[in-house]
Amino acid sequence: MNSLDGAFAALADPTRRAILARLAKGEASVNELAEPFEMTQPAISQHLKVLEDAGLIVCRVEGTKRPRRLAKAGIEAMDQWLALLRKALEKNYDRLDEVLSGMEKPRRGEKR
Amino acid sequence: MSKMTLKTEGDTHVIVTRRFAAAPEAVYRAHTDPKIIQKWLLGPEGWTMPVCIHEGKPGGNFRYEWTNGKGHAFYITGELVELEPYHKIVHIERMHMPDPTPDNRVETRFDPDGNGTLMTMRMTLPDSQTRAAMLATGMERGMEASYVRLEGMI
Repeated sequence: MNSLDGAFAALADPTRRAILARLAKGEASVNELAEPFEMTQPAISQHLKVLEDAGLIVCRVEGTKRPRRLAKAGIEAMDQWLALLRKALEKNYDRLDEVLSGMEKPRRGEKR
Repeated sequence: MSKMTLKTEGDTHVIVTRRFAAAPEAVYRAHTDPKIIQKWLLGPEGWTMPVCIHEGKPGGNFRYEWTNGKGHAFYITGELVELEPYHKIVHIERMHMPDPTPDNRVETRFDPDGNGTLMTMRMTLPDSQTRAAMLATGMERGMEASYVRLEGMI
């Protein structure tokens, strides 16, 4: 499995996407990351491992704590979400431009 | 020719703006008439909207169903909160994938802009994680579209 496949697989899970979103706001401990989810800490740790293996997050050792933060690939993934949503919306609005140019005609006809 | 802007604001908002070369009345109608919505609100190439219900009145409901014709489908349902012709629409929507996502409150304004319209859509999600999940859904559909294109090339 190459790193791109790993990243896609890692991002396929909504919990892992939510973890990335939380880390986009800054470094966080495992406890802080587990808090919003009704999950055990081992379950969260498993998700963190998948994200780490995919190169999306990194771990720092600070005494007994191991806070996580976004890796460069994780930041790029977040940017990509926006870019792809932008693309889908742009396609919609380009289609709407065409629909609107077709709608103008009957309105002019009303002045008959 | 990128007329659209898309940005996040604070922890829970997404703001989209787009200019159209048509009067606010026409752009508003294109957002409230199901026969017109069905023609353009389709997302990536290859998707169609076989079901488009939009009751067009405050307190009314809407339901959009999309399919890519290859076994992938999803739908959005919601309530219309405010309809101010031809200026403003406020609605609440949720995606079903198939579990419903948390409510997204969407306020769409249509302001005159020269001979055209400036549309401003302001989405409010309950929290930053829901917002990220929503943005990531765009990512999934974008990926899906690139796979479809890839299939066409092989």
